[in-house]
Amino acid sequence: MTDNRRAFIKKSVALGGYSLIATGGLLGSSDANAEWLPDTSILQQTLKRLFKAQDIIASDKIAIQIPKTAENGAAVPITVTSSLNNVESIAILVEKNPIPLAAKFELSPDLEPFVSTRLKLAESSVVMVIVETGEGFYSAGEKVIVTVGGCEI
Amino acid sequence: MSSIKIRSKRMDGKTQIRMLIAHPMEHGRNRDAKTDSLIPAHFIQKLTVKHNKNVIISGNIGANVSKDPYFAFMLKGGNIGDKITISWVDNLGNKDTQDHIVK
Repeated sequence: MTDNRRAFIKKSVALGGYSLIATGGLLGSSDANAEWLPDTSILQQTLKRLFKAQDIIASDKIAIQIPKTAENGAAVPITVTSSLNNVESIAILVEKNPIPLAAKFELSPDLEPFVSTRLKLAESSVVMVIVETGEGFYSAGEKVIVTVGGCEI
Repeated sequence: MSSIKIRSKRMDGKTQIRMLIAHPMEHGRNRDAKTDSLIPAHFIQKLTVKHNKNVIISGNIGANVSKDPYFAFMLKGGNIGDKITISWVDNLGNKDTQDHIVK
């Protein structure tokens, strides 16, 4: 009788311990997390939607002229030029804005890779430019510090 | 009166095209100062630039572009008398078109 009871307790403790380890291991693994944790930022989602699964390579052949600090985020002038060949499109994104994509221009071969416009910046953010050429996608970024946001203006 | 102002400038064999469009470019998150209700989104979505009937730029524009948007592009070549046509469509279906002759 006592032996029986002891054996039962031993077994149940061992089993309980085992299940504890098993669940711990499951929760710790990244596979379980990926299902419910949003692992990609809005910028990443936008990039995925715009350029599918294409590789985007950082390039120094894209020049962004933008003020380092902007007093007013409602109108920040930006000029993008590039020395890349066969430019097909130029996209401008503001990383911290609720909807990052500002504009995407498809340029014909008759045009120089040159775009100038004015952007709204909600807060200090990286302004990203993605240039699509016949060979692939290239990106460049520039940080802008905004003292007054552009969203409420 | 048209909402689009176009300027062109010939420089070193290139032609710079600049445009200024009168448009509120509301992104839909601003509140009216008096009534405190949200101002509905109202922004240009599509911009098309034609050079002698060939489409040279087709742009998808978002509300991140400033109020009364300004755009500038650089055309390779381009001659005096060339026709530039710029048109836009906004998210409410409004549209406008303006012609310009390069001088």
